[in-house]
Amino acid sequence: MKILVAVKRVIDYNAKVRVKADNSDVDLNNTKMAINPFCEIAVEEAIRLKEAGSADEVIVVSVGPKACQEQIRTALALGADRGIQIETDDIPESLNVAKLLAQVVKNEEPGLVLLGKQAIDSDNNQTGQMLSALLGMPQATFASELTLKDGKVQVAREIDGGSQTLSLSLPAVITADLRLNEPRYASLPNIMKAKRKPLTVTTPETLGVELKTHSTLIKVTPPVERSAGILVNSVDELVEKLKNQANVI
Amino acid sequence: MPEYKAPLRDMSFVLNEVLDAERHYQNLPGCEEATPDMVAAIMEEGAKFSERVLSPLNQVGDQQGCTWNDGVVTTPDGFKEAYQQFVEGGWPSLAHETEWGGQGLPESLGIVLNEMVGTANWSWSMYPGLSHGAMNTLDAHGTDEQKETYLTKLISGEWTGTMCLTEPHCGTDLGMLRTKAEPQADGSYKISGTKIFISAGEHDMADNIIHIVLARLPDAPAGTKGISLFIVPKHLPDALNESNGVSCGSLEHKMGIHGNSTCVMNFDGATGYLIGTANKGLNCMFTFMNTARLGTALQGLAHAEWGFQNSLAYAKDRLQMRALNGPAYPDKAADPIIVHPEVRKMLLTQKAFAEAGRAMIYYCAQLVDKVKLCEGDEKKDADALLAFLTPIAKAFLTEVGFESANHGLQIFGGHGYIAEWGMEQNVRDSRISMLYEGTTQIQALDLLGRKVLMTQGEALKGFTKIMHKFCQTEADNSEMQAFTQPLAALNKEWGELTMNVGMKAMQNRDEVGAASVDYLMYSGYIVLGYFWARMAKVAQEKLALGEGDTAFYQAKLTTATFYFQRILPRTRSLVETMQSGADNLMSMDQEHFSF
Ligand SMILES: Cc1cc2nc3c(=O)[nH]c(=O)nc-3n(C[C@H](O)[C@H](O)[C@H](O)COP(=O)(O)OP(=O)(O)OC[C@H]3O[C@@H](n4cnc5c(N)ncnc54)[C@H](O)[C@@H]3O)c2cc1C
Repeated sequence: MKILVAVKRVIDYNAKVRVKADNSDVDLNNTKMAINPFCEIAVEEAIRLKEAGSADEVIVVSVGPKACQEQIRTALALGADRGIQIETDDIPESLNVAKLLAQVVKNEEPGLVLLGKQAIDSDNNQTGQMLSALLGMPQATFASELTLKDGKVQVAREIDGGSQTLSLSLPAVITADLRLNEPRYASLPNIMKAKRKPLTVTTPETLGVELKTHSTLIKVTPPVERSAGILVNSVDELVEKLKNQANVI
Repeated sequence: MPEYKAPLRDMSFVLNEVLDAERHYQNLPGCEEATPDMVAAIMEEGAKFSERVLSPLNQVGDQQGCTWNDGVVTTPDGFKEAYQQFVEGGWPSLAHETEWGGQGLPESLGIVLNEMVGTANWSWSMYPGLSHGAMNTLDAHGTDEQKETYLTKLISGEWTGTMCLTEPHCGTDLGMLRTKAEPQADGSYKISGTKIFISAGEHDMADNIIHIVLARLPDAPAGTKGISLFIVPKHLPDALNESNGVSCGSLEHKMGIHGNSTCVMNFDGATGYLIGTANKGLNCMFTFMNTARLGTALQGLAHAEWGFQNSLAYAKDRLQMRALNGPAYPDKAADPIIVHPEVRKMLLTQKAFAEAGRAMIYYCAQLVDKVKLCEGDEKKDADALLAFLTPIAKAFLTEVGFESANHGLQIFGGHGYIAEWGMEQNVRDSRISMLYEGTTQIQALDLLGRKVLMTQGEALKGFTKIMHKFCQTEADNSEMQAFTQPLAALNKEWGELTMNVGMKAMQNRDEVGAASVDYLMYSGYIVLGYFWARMAKVAQEKLALGEGDTAFYQAKLTTATFYFQRILPRTRSLVETMQSGADNLMSMDQEHFSF
């Protein structure tokens, strides 16, 4: 069985996010980038399944400009077998990504498609869901445990009230939550081997997908800085200020 | 909680923008693997491991220390597991030959990894660090059979290594050492004697420990010409469950690096094997002395960087007193202490030493690559330059590393003296670096006596020529004048001072000793000045290109200016003291010292 994992290049979760002076977008110039942490968990899960003998090949796909090959290489260094980059100028909207991935899935015919539950930059939480709809495959989002059994996959999902366990027939689309696993560190020999693993580049045209824009980014503003507090002399004054100045009660 | 973040931006600035690592590796035979993306990937992973695994163990190591129980040494909680992860990651193999299981990457890349590992947790880093020393010894002088048996296990990290030189009565003066090696009929030797201060001599992190021991054969000439090198394993490879007569008698209780075991090692007729030629042990050691010393120079950088990172965060956070020109943050109870000029001076001093120290060490590491991999003149020149720069890197960078660690503590005020913040640990841990691998005084004698005067100044010229050329090239660049003019003047003065000391030394050898440490420190300030000038040049070029990262390059220029105006003038007082002669030291009657 093949496993296909989608990974996104995002700003490193440790990096300080700056907004461009004209508020047009987040400033990514010289900012440290990394694999989206949820995608990394998906990669780790795929590799573990392969190590357990449940899969023979792990394919990593990323949509974006050439720079996202870095993230594909990182996934290859963790243990994935080969990579596919779908070359686009910017990283397109989720629906476009889902359509592109759907095409790759049709070509590769994996038994399992793993994604992160959401990307930490756009926080959309929708690509996996869209992909399963486009492919007509069963989906399990927010996976915190995953077991392959008798040609089915059993997934424990994080839900508000606790955990829900589903059994899906294969092929299926699954999105990873934080507790699914703790990704490993890449080993030096694997980092070096990753360089020699195949990485193919394709385009939306080759895949026959037309990219469409459904929404435009109008502006990005940083959170307002907290202003200094004031000292009040009495509870009455506090209540008065909360009522009339802060308008919160 | 103190924290460490690998300064990847600055590391890549030095590596790629100042030292053009890509070209360096392309021109080196066997370094084709070290492409920029590979180097970047290794840095990323090394940073993750250092920040997430090693850094949290740094304080644990200090607080728990190592414990000894009837010869068994236990390392602090988490050390063993971290080592296991390091081995599983294949990191010990980075800069070793593929033939013996290594990854065959250049030594200079190993230094980059070691910087992160060592800054995150120096005590821990010494375990693989000492192994590296043992591996280099075997690599350079071992037979193929010895390499097959021992080197492969050290490279894989399954076993660790040590360097056993020091004995109770001799540290600096190894010519006096007494450990004996008795030849046996089967070609092995029985080693007997006591070694002290052996780092990583005993621990619970690996199944076997390979000691590289300096000892004397029965018929050996006295002094340094009668010392041989031996492999003495804790367990013989064909009897891994039995003792080989090597035991740890006790652990030293010491000022810092508590997480690393400093052992008294007893050899009681332990079986050992000769490495290299009999009686040539010290020569063998010298072949990679420069690499080893560079490893200790790195410790200076490590403590400066660590102190800087943590004191910078504190200086922005700690509110105390108002800026002299009136409140900078009127809405706060007081201003953060980073507004105060003297606090800034301490921060900038640490920053200036750490960043130029990094440039100097990475530069020297590229010379190590060339010595190892090039042939002919290129190898010879690199070797001569490295020999000259090594004592400066070792002694100067550890001295200013200690100074920096102290500034870091000072910025915390009284809290710096309290264990919780880790600043006093950083000072204590840094102190050893000026002692082992040859004290500052010994490095100074090596620099002035052996390297400079014994070559009639040739070694010095090798470097001043490079500086001269740099200043010449920038002669028409008006923006560089603030750096090149003082450098050019110092370059000239350096030669003159050397001549002066040399002349005086012809009458009286004590003149060399009396000038030595001042001369070394003077040289160190100039060498770092050169690297600041080079970094300033790159920053100016990048700013002119206007491709972004403006703040980073601006900060480089500001720090360079700080260095030239506030640190480099320290050379003035060194010139005076260095030239004041031996008499003010030697004329005091030994008995008069106590009055
Ligand atoms: C924590 C720790 C770890 C160590 N790890 C190891 C290890 O792994 N393996 C190992 O073999 N050794 C190790 N050492 C030993 C270390 O290398 C020696 O302590 C060091 O070389 C100095 O030797 P010494 O202590 O005998 O001092 P001494 O040689 O007695 O020196 C005393 C003082 O005299 C000065 N001095 C001596 N000769 C001269 C001179 N000619 N001119 C001017 N000044 C001079 C020295 O600079 C020093 O200030 C370690 C030591 C410590 C404390």
